[in-house]
Amino acid sequence: MKEEQGDKHTKRYGMVIDLDKCTGCGACMVACYAENNVPFKKNETDKLDSLNWIRIFQLTNGRSYPDTEICYLPMPCQHCDGIGKHGHPPCVSVCPAIATDYDYSTGVVSQIPTRCFGCRYCMAACPYHARKFNWWDPVWPADTEKYLNPNVSARMRGVVEKCTFCFHRYQQARDKAYLEGRDEIYESEYQPACAQACPTNAITFGDLNNPDHAVYKLKNSPRAFRLLERLHTNPKVYYLSSKSWVRRAGDNYLENESRPESNRQKIHHK
Amino acid sequence: MNTNDQQHPVSDTASPETGDAPEKRKNGSGWIILLFFVIGFIGSLLGGWLVFPELLYSEKQQPIDFDHELHMAQVYEGCQSCHYFRKDGSFSGIPDLYSCSGCHQYPMGTNPEEEKFIEQYVRPNKEVPWLVYSKQPDCVFFSHAAHVKGADMECRTCHGNMAQSNHSRPYQENRLTGYSRDIWGYNIARLGKPKYGLRMKMNDCADCHERETGHKGACFQCHQ
Repeated sequence: MKEEQGDKHTKRYGMVIDLDKCTGCGACMVACYAENNVPFKKNETDKLDSLNWIRIFQLTNGRSYPDTEICYLPMPCQHCDGIGKHGHPPCVSVCPAIATDYDYSTGVVSQIPTRCFGCRYCMAACPYHARKFNWWDPVWPADTEKYLNPNVSARMRGVVEKCTFCFHRYQQARDKAYLEGRDEIYESEYQPACAQACPTNAITFGDLNNPDHAVYKLKNSPRAFRLLERLHTNPKVYYLSSKSWVRRAGDNYLENESRPESNRQKIHHK
Repeated sequence: MNTNDQQHPVSDTASPETGDAPEKRKNGSGWIILLFFVIGFIGSLLGGWLVFPELLYSEKQQPIDFDHELHMAQVYEGCQSCHYFRKDGSFSGIPDLYSCSGCHQYPMGTNPEEEKFIEQYVRPNKEVPWLVYSKQPDCVFFSHAAHVKGADMECRTCHGNMAQSNHSRPYQENRLTGYSRDIWGYNIARLGKPKYGLRMKMNDCADCHERETGHKGACFQCHQ
C-alpha cells in the first residue's frame, strides 16, 4: 500500500490553526464532545481523569503586567506522518495490537477502540498527550444517550481513544460521492466538527496535498510552525502565529538557544 | 474436576511410605487427568458442533412473515423500490412504516399477515421491530454506496436471493455474542458456500477485498 503515496488520489488531510484568531472560547472542544460521543463526568476539574480529543492550552510569555501576552492553543491529535512520511507515527510504531494504524489513502492515524486492549504504550509514545484512556465506562446523564451520534461508536472502559479528524464524516462524504458518481470529494464536504464550530474560523481543514484547498497555502505561510518539530514526528496539524514567542513555544528550546532557522527549512512542507 | 480431587489424597497418603515412588505416581495421575480433560474437551466440542449445533442460537420469528417475491412483482425498481439510497449517500436499509403504509393503509388482499400488519402496526402508527439478519456490531461502518454504486455489486451477492423468498426465515441469535447467525455463517466450521448470501465476519470482508482490490484495506475503511 506504500506505493500509493505518489498516487494523485492520495490525500494528506491536515489542519491549520490560526492562533492569532483563536480566542480560547472552547467551542471546538464542545463540538468535539458532542460529535464524537466523548464521555464527560460530573466533575471535570480532575484533568488527569477527563477525556477530550481536542484541548485548549493557555500559553503566556511569562512577563509581568504591561507586557503580559496570552495565547490559546487548541490541540487535537497531530496525525503525525513520521520521518519521511513512512506512515509510522510514534503511537503506531509501538502498538502491539495494531489498534492504531496509518491510513495511506488519507494520512489519518486511525484508532480502533474495539481492537485496543489498553496497554497505553501509545499514550507513553505520543509526545503531544493527544491520547486518552477510558478509566471508566461512560455514564451518560439521563436521556442524553438519545443524543449520541450514531455514526461514532462509544468506547468502553479500558481502551484508548483519540481524535480521528472526524473520519466518519469522510466516510459519509465518500458515500455521497459514490452515489453521485464522483471520484473526489469536495473540500467543504469533509470538515471536522471543531473546524465548523470555530466562531472565528481559526481552524482550517483540508487536503495538504491539494493546491486548491485552503490549507495548502496556509501551511507555507511564514507564520506557520508545528509542535515539537525537532522530534521529526512530522505532524499534519500546523499552527499560525505572528508572535515569535508563540512560535518558539512550539518546541522545547533552551532559554538561551537561538531558534535554528536552518532546521525549519529542512522540514518539507509538502 | 472430580478426578483431580480424588487423585490428590491418594498421592499424599502414599508419599511418606514409599519415598521416590510418589513422584512417578504423581506424573502418572497427571497424564490421566490430561487424558480425561482432552477426551472431555473434544467430546463436548463434537457434541456442540455435530449433535446440538442449534444450542448456541436462540430462534426468533419476524414480527410479520414477509413475501419478497409477491412484492417484487408489484414494484418497478426492484430492490431499490424499498431499500433505497438517501440523497446524502446513506442507505435506508429496512423500510420504515411510512414507506409501507403508502400502499397498506387498507388491506390490498386477503393475506392474514397483511391484516396483522395493518391491525398491529399501521393503525397504531407503530414501527415494525424487524430483526436484521445482517446487522453488524456498532463499531462497524459498512458503505452500501461503495459496494452497490462504486463496485456495481448486486444485492443478492451478499444477501442471497431474497427477491425469491416467500417467507421470512427465523432469525437466529447467538446466545453468547447477541449477533445474528448470518454473520458467523451457518456452518460452524465456516466451510462451503452458505445457505443465505455470504458470511459477514471481518475476515470475510477482508478475503473478498484482497481478492477484488488486491489489499485488505486499512482499519478505518470499515471501523468507526
